[in-house]
Amino acid sequence: MSRNGTSGKNGRLDVRKTYKMLVGGAFVRSESGRALDVEAPGGGWLGHVCRASRKDFRNAVVAARKAASGWATATSYLKGQILYRAAEMLEGRASGFREVLQSIGLSPVAAKTEVSQAIDLLVYYAGWADKYLQVFGAVNPVATPHFNFSVTEPMGVVAYVAGEKRPLLDLVSGIAPIVVGGNTVITLSTGRAAVAAMELGEVLETSDFPPGVINLLCGLREELVGQMSSHMDVNALVVQGGDEKEHTASREACALNLKRYFPRDPGGKGDEDPYRILDTVEIKTTWHPVGG
Amino acid sequence: MSTISTLSSRFNIPSHPVDEVGIKERVARLATRSIKKFSKVEGLKLALSMVDLTTLEGADTPGRVRQLCTKAIHLHSGRSDLPMVAAVCVYPTMVRVAREALKGTPIKVAAVATAFPSGMNPLAVKLEDTRYAVGEGAHEIDMVISRGDFLRGDYARVADEIAEVKKACGKAHLKVILETGELGTLDRVRLASDIAMEAGADFIKTSTGKIQPAATPEVVLVMLQAISDFFRKTGKKIGMKPAGGIANAKAALNLLVMVREVLGPAWLNPDLFRIGASKLPNDILMQLEKERTGVYQGGDYFSND
Repeated sequence: MSRNGTSGKNGRLDVRKTYKMLVGGAFVRSESGRALDVEAPGGGWLGHVCRASRKDFRNAVVAARKAASGWATATSYLKGQILYRAAEMLEGRASGFREVLQSIGLSPVAAKTEVSQAIDLLVYYAGWADKYLQVFGAVNPVATPHFNFSVTEPMGVVAYVAGEKRPLLDLVSGIAPIVVGGNTVITLSTGRAAVAAMELGEVLETSDFPPGVINLLCGLREELVGQMSSHMDVNALVVQGGDEKEHTASREACALNLKRYFPRDPGGKGDEDPYRILDTVEIKTTWHPVGG
Repeated sequence: MSTISTLSSRFNIPSHPVDEVGIKERVARLATRSIKKFSKVEGLKLALSMVDLTTLEGADTPGRVRQLCTKAIHLHSGRSDLPMVAAVCVYPTMVRVAREALKGTPIKVAAVATAFPSGMNPLAVKLEDTRYAVGEGAHEIDMVISRGDFLRGDYARVADEIAEVKKACGKAHLKVILETGELGTLDRVRLASDIAMEAGADFIKTSTGKIQPAATPEVVLVMLQAISDFFRKTGKKIGMKPAGGIANAKAALNLLVMVREVLGPAWLNPDLFRIGASKLPNDILMQLEKERTGVYQGGDYFSND
């Protein structure tokens, strides 16, 4: 593919995709009008992706907050169905995704494995939708005449910074446990992984997620992480990768607004782990008088 | 047209066609005005001081009105540099509660009257409604015009009704709600504005807040121009109150820009410009706290009313 738009194949012009971010159920460019060049694995130019501004992030927070109460109260059954549908949609586009992953440097085998694992992971968390509440909730024995029980509640709006190692899986393995817990999410993808992320936006948008439940941004990590940790309307921040300096700064900023902060190692360990859901839910305990 | 001419002979209302395209362009241009940092903080504080904090729900209780009044006096904890809002706007039966709760403050109590929000009651009932609210202690009356009569072309009846209500108000200020969302065109908004001002309105107000669209920038601009022309003609300064759907700080600043550009700085005070809103103060507070702390705010940290 060349930059001036012709491939020479059959004399047709290339119909190339504008990779757009997903915010509030709409595919948008950055409000700043900025874009980033994505370099092809062997050097050369692969394409453009948006470079999200801090304002884009704030817009996404507004969209996510607006969707939060509706998604939090959606039935577990519905959440499971929608996650499963995301898996169906991804399955339907598996070959396309394999091509995309290869174009950003994965081997054919690695690309195939990654797409299958991403689909399976969505099904895995779809299954947990109506089960984690029973596992993490409890009826507690107390010495007073009270019916005492603990239930999970979503934290609200969660920001997630995805790693770049596994372009598709790092994103899906972050999003799935967050949204199955009833949270809305704003993700940031960087580097070449942004291309896969923006493709995933099209899958999620056709999976019946209400607008604003999943918002996908791409841009520069160093530009946006500070905003994610300091924003008062974001309830938790989950990050993959990042250096010690970033972690320290995020931890401090999150402490100032009582935000939960979860740095995670990049890589596949613990992709299938229900305790990931527990990270971004809170436990509410209620004392109900017996016979009251 | 004969009705207009009858009316014109009594009130001297010129027919004033509105250039809709021109209005849209002017609105778009004024909305690009960028107000940042110090000017933004001052503008937002000014906007707060102009708010008519409103609750007009069937579910209003004395407790809720008292809570709203507390918010009107004390917008946000830990900030002594904030103004109080201009007024609290309630239904007539809640006026006494609000007066009690606001005792000792400069905050006015405004009551909606004349069969708000539809205005579909006989004049006698509307006047009684008004007198009741004034008797309860309302400083300001927000009346609705009879849109049915207006749309039918019975402008004289609309004008007479406003004049009668003005009489019933006594010392209370009269704001006339045009309910622009039901008038349909900007030409009619202009005509209704002219009629209201000629008939004795102290303020003209866009909407009840019960109908969409409400205070669109286009409508506000047309009404501001009507006020400007009326001032040039008579020397009387009529106030303006956009209400309904103004929920964020940016919209509030845009309104201030329009007032400044069309009417000049003399109108930039709560005696001549008000914003009817219930959710707006919190968004402004979030912006002010952002300017103070440098951190973007969330709704969890601000009281609902």
